[in-house]
Amino acid sequence: MFNYNFRWNQALNSLPDMLEGALVTMEIAILSMVIGITVAILLTLFRLSGNRILYAIATTWVEIARNTPALFQIYMVHFGLGGFGIHLSPYMSLLIGIAFNNAGYLTENFRGALKAIPETQTRAARSLGMSPLQAFQNVILPQMLRISFLPMTNQMVWAILMTSLGAVVAMNTDLYGVTSELNARTFRTFELFAIAAVIFYLITKAITLSARLLAARLFRY
Amino acid sequence: MIEIQNVHKSFGALQVLKGINLTVAKGEVLTVIGGSGSGKSTLLTCINGLEQIDSGRILVDGVEVHAKSTDLNKLREKIGIVFQQWNAFPHLTVLENVMLAQIKVLKRSKSDAEAEAVRQLNHVGLADKLKVYPSRLSGGQQQRMAIARALAMSPDYMLFDEVTSALDPQLVGEVLDTLRMLASEGMTMICVTHEMKFAREVSDRVAFFHKGVMAEIAAPEELFGAPKDPELQKFLAATH
Ligand SMILES: Nc1ncnc2c1ncn2[C@@H]1O[C@H](COP(=O)(O)OP(=O)(O)O)[C@@H](O)[C@H]1O
Ligand SMILES: [Mg+2]
Repeated sequence: MFNYNFRWNQALNSLPDMLEGALVTMEIAILSMVIGITVAILLTLFRLSGNRILYAIATTWVEIARNTPALFQIYMVHFGLGGFGIHLSPYMSLLIGIAFNNAGYLTENFRGALKAIPETQTRAARSLGMSPLQAFQNVILPQMLRISFLPMTNQMVWAILMTSLGAVVAMNTDLYGVTSELNARTFRTFELFAIAAVIFYLITKAITLSARLLAARLFRY
Repeated sequence: MIEIQNVHKSFGALQVLKGINLTVAKGEVLTVIGGSGSGKSTLLTCINGLEQIDSGRILVDGVEVHAKSTDLNKLREKIGIVFQQWNAFPHLTVLENVMLAQIKVLKRSKSDAEAEAVRQLNHVGLADKLKVYPSRLSGGQQQRMAIARALAMSPDYMLFDEVTSALDPQLVGEVLDTLRMLASEGMTMICVTHEMKFAREVSDRVAFFHKGVMAEIAAPEELFGAPKDPELQKFLAATH
């Protein structure tokens, strides 16, 4: 173990490639959040619709997303759908897998947030003549998103970290994938993964910090 | 005109309205008094269709509120309601609170909605609070904002459900003054209230509810001066 020679210079030469991988990682995380939030809002509406089939769809989604490993979810998108003749690229499989997971967790967060909004808000909106959908969109949704802001930030951090699960679908352009390929070529395992870990850390810190700043700007009430 | 014809309403086994008959004419101010649980709030929420009824009819300008074919959102445009619990939209400024439904429901332009909101907020004495979030308002100011929000929809009828009950005593006056102003301007109003002095002053008629029945209805001098119903006599004795 102690005859390992650190060669940081060599590893640092790979930094540009890794940073490019980091960009792909961030891109996937951001897209997966945009999709995840959109789907979670839709699933929340399903739950509120009073329609049993829609409710069952939402509940099933949430249960699977939260009670099975994210790795399985990504694997299933790639190889499971592949069995049905739907062949997605590693990038798409990873993106959809993470978005699926995000949507499940966020729907559950939204449910908690809705409980914190008094029933009288909907009543007030409805008595001003708003339709149920208008009341949701203009009165409930903004408050729900505000209450869920911290959990959404956490989910975003998770999304960043989950990109490393792209390994199971041979994803090789994200931060983990790039690092792992460099490692296979150079065997500078410790240096490469240490650098990757630092980059992951910096990204997630940047997210939590900017989320805090954004919250201060967005929520002045 | 609001016509309430033999309206029955239950929550499960609990009969809350037991055959209410009542007509409120254009320009009339009706106050409703009565003990807690007598069905006053339920009646108001039935009038704007927030609650279903079991039997009977409620007509607003001849339109049956609970008919399948009735567009409730349309109907609610002309019936403003303000509740006991303050329900400002917390994520919107005072001005935005009053603009929202104008834009979404009445499809007014942003500038029209803003002009109307400013006008109504002026009217209720909140001209200096336009850019403030509701959390910064006192209870009395929140209620006046809610009144402005309802008035901005240009309603023909206003329903008030104990709008001063949740307020600190020193804030009650400012809200009652707003209601008095509306009454003097000829707004058709149904006010559920515990403020007997107010009821006596502003009402054309006062209705007394007891256990889901409208036990007495009369002009204020008569109802307060010479109450006939024994329950009303007890109620008035207890509130003095
Ligand atoms: N949504 C509801 N579900 C069940 N019971 C209700 C509901 N709303 C009101 N009630 C009951 O109906 C009765 C009348 O209520 P309400 O109309 O609020 O009376 P008031 O406004 O005169 O105090 C009360 O006993 C109350 O508990
Ligand atoms: Mg009540």
